[in-house]
Amino acid sequence: MTDAVAFVEQFRTFAADGGGEAPEWVRVMRSSALERFTQMGYPTTKNEDWHFTSVSPIAERQFVPLTAVSGDVRRTEIEPFLFASPKQWHLVVFVNGRFAPELSHLERLPGDVQVVPLARAWEELPEIARRVGSIAPGDTQPFTALNTAFLNDGAVVRIAAHAEVEHPIHLMFVTDRHGENGVSYPRNLIVAERNAKATVIESYVGLDDAAYFTNAVSEVLVGERATLTHYKMQREGLRAYHVGTAEVRQARDSHYISFSLATGAALSRTNINTVLDGEGSGATLNGLYMLDGQQHGDHQTRIEHAQPHCFSRELYKGMMDGQSHGVFNGKVYVRAIAQQTDSKQTNNNLLLSERAQADTKPQLEIFADDVKCTHGATVGRLDENSLFYMKSRGIGADEARRLLTYAFAADVLETIENQAVREELKAMTLARFAGVS
Amino acid sequence: MLEILGLTANVGDKQILKGIDLTVNAGEVHAIMGPNGSGKSTLAQVLAGNPAYEVTGGSVTYDGHDLLDMEPEARAQAGVFMAFQYPVEIPGVSNAYFFRAAYNEIRKARGEEEVDPLEFAGIMDDKLKLVEMEPEMLSRSVNAGFSGGEKKRNEILQMAVLEPRLAILDETDSGLDIDALRIVADGVNTLRRPDNATIVVTHYQRLLNYIVPDVVHVLAHGRIIKSGGKELALELEAKGYDWLTGGVPAGARA
Repeated sequence: MTDAVAFVEQFRTFAADGGGEAPEWVRVMRSSALERFTQMGYPTTKNEDWHFTSVSPIAERQFVPLTAVSGDVRRTEIEPFLFASPKQWHLVVFVNGRFAPELSHLERLPGDVQVVPLARAWEELPEIARRVGSIAPGDTQPFTALNTAFLNDGAVVRIAAHAEVEHPIHLMFVTDRHGENGVSYPRNLIVAERNAKATVIESYVGLDDAAYFTNAVSEVLVGERATLTHYKMQREGLRAYHVGTAEVRQARDSHYISFSLATGAALSRTNINTVLDGEGSGATLNGLYMLDGQQHGDHQTRIEHAQPHCFSRELYKGMMDGQSHGVFNGKVYVRAIAQQTDSKQTNNNLLLSERAQADTKPQLEIFADDVKCTHGATVGRLDENSLFYMKSRGIGADEARRLLTYAFAADVLETIENQAVREELKAMTLARFAGVS
Repeated sequence: MLEILGLTANVGDKQILKGIDLTVNAGEVHAIMGPNGSGKSTLAQVLAGNPAYEVTGGSVTYDGHDLLDMEPEARAQAGVFMAFQYPVEIPGVSNAYFFRAAYNEIRKARGEEEVDPLEFAGIMDDKLKLVEMEPEMLSRSVNAGFSGGEKKRNEILQMAVLEPRLAILDETDSGLDIDALRIVADGVNTLRRPDNATIVVTHYQRLLNYIVPDVVHVLAHGRIIKSGGKELALELEAKGYDWLTGGVPAGARA
């Protein structure tokens, strides 16, 4: 296959240059990941997990790994994506895949929290960093294998046992105008130890109208009785491509709370997979995708109930305008041992134009016999009765549509616990379809 | 204020209104009564501009304007209000936002300043008392999870806030217990003014004990077949609609 040759060539350059500082075991991991990727190749739509999403636009374009550290992103350019004052939250900025210390604010991190760029973590945080690659299965997921082959930078976040972090830790991945035709492979590791409580936000944003590719992987460990709130805000540029994967492992009585927003990128795919690997643990996976024009946005989640007495709650909403295409594929997998599983999954889609499209596939695979599992999915349009009701009260057609569109998303937005994020996403939702007609 | 001439309308392929003539002057209350399927609600919906109903002929003039040529929101902004028989639930939009949006749209149309949330809360306070509703309803979603009676009271509340010149009550009494009926009627009566008019569409005479009409019309098979004073309603109550529509009187059935 032709792309494999190109990757091997890219990898040689990468290994000789940017990737050289990692320890030997990391280099070995990279090489075997590349080998695995060249065996698998890009997924095709014959692959059940990629049935509704063709990645050929990514495969056909020879994106080149970004290596240059861009020094010209200004503070004011990232401000619109910050949610809060950079002096209040803990902010780690990466530009074109590389840590940008001049834009980051880590000076107020509490002593029991460590946030270190991956490229430095091998030396500064070796005990934590050695877990990289232990959670994300690089042998079955082509994009994860590719990310592993080229992994170089990203954030290693460690929240020590019993630490409660008041302000969110914001990991921001920025691609600027130098990103044209480039690909970055952010790799994050988030470890919330026993009893810890924290919010980590990953933002993926484009500052320019460049065509670039982000292939991100986050590995997440949620320790016993820990609560990790993990938001993903995908606001890439509209010509960009984005594949982002979170692989989560949860210990006993832990709670993982995820919210995924996808409004950017020409083509995006978000994978969120969690294994409820300890009794009494729970996962809350919510999300919102808002697409327009020719955008294609795909969410795939997998919740594996691997132990008894666990719960999962999932609510995803999609709004598609123009000729956009939204995809949701949610699998809940209940192992035979996982009795008393309590799982609920819902996906609702709203089509705002004749040519918008939605595919939804909620799946339950249950091997235990004493469980409570429900799932449901809908695809619909704005309710004509509601529109008329609003108009009959003097509210104009545009405003009525805007309100109803917002109302569709309101319940999932209300689940966002962080007020700054919640309010901003509400405003974004209200503004997004302001001119819908 | 309102002049309807030869109005015909369809739902799908079916003609429901077959030539309605009706004149309503400022200060008047008109009751439109009739059996199920006579076209009462269709008339109300057509006046409000529901796009599900197709006007096929005739004219409706409101304050000198061609009402049928106006969008539903323009009609509302010009002072036309219909209380829905089946108020629509809108989860995710709070009553507070909905009321203020509507209120401000109508103020804008009248060339008046918009009001801010604080100012508006004061306005709502008075109106809520009129329909005996608690201010906490404002933080709930529009009609979502409301009981039948609450929904109808919410319609009257909207009417009280928007202060229409022409109010059309579409079977507002249906499904109401006597207490809710009294609250709704009190609301309507309080809002009556010499410069506004009300059309009460109802199946039963009961509501007209509380909202006393100036004129009663009987609608059957898409036409107004009889008009009269308030005593016509009592006569209908006693004799049934068959008396007028030419069917066999209820009492004569075996």
